[in-house]
Amino acid sequence: MSLVDQTAVGTDGRHTDVAVRLDGVSKAYGRGRSALLALDRVSLDVRRGEFVCLLGASGCGKSTLLSLVAGLDAASGGSIDTGGHRVSLMFQEPALFPWLTVAKNVEIAMRLRGVGRDERRRRAEELLETVRLSGFARKRPHELSGGMRQRVALARALAQDADVLLMDEPFGALDAMTRDILHDELERIWRERSLTVLFVTHNVREAVRLGDRVILLSSRPGRIIEDFPVDQPRPRRIDSAEVAELAATITDRLRTEVSRHAH
Amino acid sequence: MPTESRTELAKPPAARTATTDEVAGLDALELGPASKEGRAARLGRRVWDSLWPKLLAVALVIAGWQIVYLTEWKPPFALPDPLTVFADMGELIPTAEFARAIGITMQRAVIGFLIAVVIGTLIGAAVARFRPLRAAIGSLITGLQTMPSIIWFPFAILLFQISETTIMFVVIIGATPSIANGLISGIDYVPRVWLRVGKVLGMRGLNLYRFLILPASLPSFVSGLKQGWAFAWRSLMAGELLVIVAGQGSIGVLMQGAREFNNAPRLLSWIIVVLVIGILVDIAFNAFDNALRRRWGLTQS
Repeated sequence: MSLVDQTAVGTDGRHTDVAVRLDGVSKAYGRGRSALLALDRVSLDVRRGEFVCLLGASGCGKSTLLSLVAGLDAASGGSIDTGGHRVSLMFQEPALFPWLTVAKNVEIAMRLRGVGRDERRRRAEELLETVRLSGFARKRPHELSGGMRQRVALARALAQDADVLLMDEPFGALDAMTRDILHDELERIWRERSLTVLFVTHNVREAVRLGDRVILLSSRPGRIIEDFPVDQPRPRRIDSAEVAELAATITDRLRTEVSRHAH
Repeated sequence: MPTESRTELAKPPAARTATTDEVAGLDALELGPASKEGRAARLGRRVWDSLWPKLLAVALVIAGWQIVYLTEWKPPFALPDPLTVFADMGELIPTAEFARAIGITMQRAVIGFLIAVVIGTLIGAAVARFRPLRAAIGSLITGLQTMPSIIWFPFAILLFQISETTIMFVVIIGATPSIANGLISGIDYVPRVWLRVGKVLGMRGLNLYRFLILPASLPSFVSGLKQGWAFAWRSLMAGELLVIVAGQGSIGVLMQGAREFNNAPRLLSWIIVVLVIGILVDIAFNAFDNALRRRWGLTQS
């Protein structure tokens, strides 16, 4: 297995097929001596249609990185270029609005962009079908299970017409069975819609199951320490021997990194 | 290894993806079985479940009252027995005077409360929105809320003499702080993750308030309204007993009249009427609050 992927990190010049480019991105919280460096000169190119998993232990700034790319927060240094792509961000909590029905939760993304009512309704229906929740349009979020709510959140993100989807441990709060099925579903939708996905997780197997590449970040400060290409055919099974093997390699590397913080 | 796996693409390995049935099956399992009980039966049982403890409580109070009456602790003209009072109520309720009194008092209560809602909402929104304003008057509002509003009457009488305005002034000053505070805490406690979602969805400025902050603060606002109503109602009763406006036969005026004639059954009748009005309004607020909570999934069942 080659650890250096020619098309991956910090390549030459500008590629037209790069969806997200991070160039020397740093993020510090606070000022002066008490400042905490969350991200340290992170450079990363995500190609269009690529599925990239960011992996790291606590304190590696993976969520910070997504906030920066989504524009929720400003970087302290370096530059982020999303090349005019529409970006949406999903969290570990579905964070649906309880005063709206499932369909209206999906529609609100379009409503804010001034999409007309009939068009909104039609597209929300279509998106709910995509996440296989056609029959639940009129339900309230609390009437759905955790996995179903997360699929509504996915539909809402897709309703923004985003082609870059940032996901911050979106399946972290779900049980294993539901998570497995959602991996399949996400992979299907990613492929059908040619999305670019930047997926943050601390679950190594999940990263290998889903990613074209797994980027390993160090902790405090967050730096890219390794970039693992996953050259395994899809669809993969999270419990397959190939996934387990690569996951073991990555876990070893991660443990070495974590033990560095013992002293 | 990369080259090997490329060739494998042609023949899919043991891996498989989720089928429609799998997804739907898991959803159905996680949602649990639907309740078999009919809607009407459920409603009937709910009403009965909440009704019988109240009926029991009323029965106990009346029984206790009757016992105290029988001990002759106070002379019957001061403390009549329950039957005498109920008979008096039977006479009072059909009269035009009764309807007029309820009309005058409720009109004051509703108008005063609505004005307080408008003022409280404006103050609450302004305080929640502008940081310096919060520092300046945030704690003042909480302070006002703890004040018994009857304390304002002597001053209000100086300002507005014996008039409707005096009563309204105290009703409004009693209700406004609770309403403002309800809105402020609702806005303060909008979950951070919702705000982040709002930002991701592109909500800015007015849209953020319209689509996120105001609906999200609704439950807290409703509690503020409920509390504000309670203060308005208390202030109004105090006001009507203190400030007798000529020609306005409100509940307070008629009660003062009954006291002057040592008419204890009539006084107790009015007390019961005021209690019942309080309970009815409370039921209305609770019904609204519960409907809201059910819609939001804040309650189990």
